[in-house]
Amino acid sequence: MDGSIITAEATNYGNAVREGFRHLLAEHEDVFAIGQGLWSPWYVGSSMTDLDREFGTERIMDTPVSENACTGAAIGASLFGYRPIVIHPRIDFMLLATDQIVNQASKWAHMLGGQVSPAVTIRGIVNRGGEQGAQHSQALHSWYAHIPGLRVVMPATPADARDLLIASVLSDQPALYIDNRWLYEREAELPPSRDVDLDKQGPQILRAGEDITLVGSGYATWLCEQAADILAADGIDCEVIDLRVLNPFDGAEIAHSVERTGRLVAVDDGWSTCGLSAEIIASAAERVSPDAYKSRPSRITLPDAPAPTSRVLEEAYYPTVETVVEAVRASVAD
Amino acid sequence: MSSDNKARREDGPSRRRAAPLDTSPASIDPELRHEIGDVRDLMGRLQNVAEAGFFGPADAADRSFDANRRLDSLADPLDHTEPLDLGVWTAEDTTKFLRMQLLIRSVEDRLGKMVEAGDIVCPVHLAIGQEAPPTGISHWLTPNDRVFGAHRSHGHYLGLGGNVYQLFAEVLGRADGCSRGMGGSMHLYSPEVGFQGSVPIVAATVPVAVGAALAAKKDGSPVVAVAYFGDGAVEEGGVHESLNLAAQMKLPVLFVCENNLYASHMDIAQRQPNDRTARIAEAHSVTTAVIDGNDVIAVAEAAGDLIHNARCGNGPGYLEAVTYRWRGHVGPDENIDVGLRRSPEELAAWKQRDPVSRLQTAMIARGDISADQAAGFTEEISAEVAEAATRAYDAPWPDQNALLDYVYVNNRD
Repeated sequence: MDGSIITAEATNYGNAVREGFRHLLAEHEDVFAIGQGLWSPWYVGSSMTDLDREFGTERIMDTPVSENACTGAAIGASLFGYRPIVIHPRIDFMLLATDQIVNQASKWAHMLGGQVSPAVTIRGIVNRGGEQGAQHSQALHSWYAHIPGLRVVMPATPADARDLLIASVLSDQPALYIDNRWLYEREAELPPSRDVDLDKQGPQILRAGEDITLVGSGYATWLCEQAADILAADGIDCEVIDLRVLNPFDGAEIAHSVERTGRLVAVDDGWSTCGLSAEIIASAAERVSPDAYKSRPSRITLPDAPAPTSRVLEEAYYPTVETVVEAVRASVAD
Repeated sequence: MSSDNKARREDGPSRRRAAPLDTSPASIDPELRHEIGDVRDLMGRLQNVAEAGFFGPADAADRSFDANRRLDSLADPLDHTEPLDLGVWTAEDTTKFLRMQLLIRSVEDRLGKMVEAGDIVCPVHLAIGQEAPPTGISHWLTPNDRVFGAHRSHGHYLGLGGNVYQLFAEVLGRADGCSRGMGGSMHLYSPEVGFQGSVPIVAATVPVAVGAALAAKKDGSPVVAVAYFGDGAVEEGGVHESLNLAAQMKLPVLFVCENNLYASHMDIAQRQPNDRTARIAEAHSVTTAVIDGNDVIAVAEAAGDLIHNARCGNGPGYLEAVTYRWRGHVGPDENIDVGLRRSPEELAAWKQRDPVSRLQTAMIARGDISADQAAGFTEEISAEVAEAATRAYDAPWPDQNALLDYVYVNNRD
């Protein structure tokens, strides 16, 4: 920092994603994007608008409908001096590339004796609701956070939407970047973009509090932040931790917080079993003495069902700010 | 001695070119960056063989696509058993081909014995009988080219000049291995010779090779990527995706199918309605060549054609080399009667269609070497291989730290 005044510009999460791409494409000539729907006005929301016009179709490559091969190709190019970002308009579709992500990219460095690392970023977008149904709805960060060798990041704020993308791409390690369309309208003011080091990123306390620890990632973090504002009016002081980086998972910040507050609610917009919410609670359970707890940890997740299409069922399906508020009240009353 | 092309590739003399093959370095790309020395050397090699007119048309439109065409005699072990037609290839080239095939066979044989002795536990998929494809193809490759393999890739690694000791050490799980003992037989890496990775998930490296070619194209470089795989891999969706992508983007990648008629215990007749896998490449608009994969000369000629095309920016190529593995899917056992076409008689017939002896017999007949010299090569190479294997037994084990240290690495380190 050189001490000059840094102006912040108003923007939103979706635009911040695009700003991340612009920064990378403008400052780093080894970066290119490859994936389906990149030349379309609707596939990826506002997050890629006009990038193909600005940087050309060689750096923004729309592809055949081949998730597996395009992800593998991105990995291949990343072994030879490029930093590709392979984009899957929905995590649901990204599943077809799971072999390349889990068996190839994540393990490539280790299997080959640590001699080369695929500097590839895979972007999977959570794009749910709108009556799209089961195969247009999933948030599968928990699956991929389980895999050693893969960095997994999930931005909740516009700043992170931009900066965690930059950090992922500039890392030499394979990284899964998961953004969520339900956050795209979230607003913030951001300073000018700059290079970011992924190694320096980890869980952050977005809101300090004394009464209860709320932990989330991505959209779930935003639910926690909004719930905290509502609960503050009732004198319940929530500490909100945004995980930001799910893999490698660092539970230390959670544990320190729970030691102080004695209460924990894990919020995850994925499913419950073997998911991120379980990891959050486990990280506190194994570090925090039982004496410190004032109530049992609890978690908010999706119900154990695929996503419905009918709107009345959708309303019942996805956790809301109210769901978080109620869980906090229950924990405080426990 | 065989007299014409027809014996070794399916299309025969009608594939001779109408126009001369342009072998000047400038035919590659005016913006060569760093490979120009190597490429000029390759172009020199290409010149000799091209002048004899052994290459077929480069234009895919010349080739008709007949989905019902089959391998026919190429898959018949009683055919293509005669000594090779050495054509315009020099004694220096044929000697190189012989020695490389002898090396691959010797290493694989040695590994088989180490398994039998109980010294190797790691699964090894031996390429005895399949020595010709990597030998002929590697002739056209430089260390800057990008070769990827699969589970049966010892020959692909060795054909490029991969270090023998490091291969033994790797299979033994030692820190001196080419993958530092972290990969074993099925995860090899030797970038100094251009071998950029092999993994056992069938077809997994095919898209990765396509990406390596994409990077080369973006660089404006004349390097090519090579993806080695077998007839089983073409049943994976990823190969179809890769062919489509490479054709659509005109990427410099050579797809090499070593069709040994088997996927593990299953004969190709039990898995695909047609044994000629090139039909799949043709369906994806990729230029193909289908040859006797036990004829290193045929391999070299077909590969030279396709690789040169790729370097010139004409897009991908698919080389189907019909061959046969003498040992089973995994390990040294011969897998007699495991599946169709592995009776003792069939295996014996395929051993007559031996890439090594067919070359050696032709070389002796032409006077490239004497019988004594040939025996001398075998002895010398066996001794070299034995020495490397013995030394590998004393190689150090990986540190315990290796378990966690290699999970996340930086390319800058």
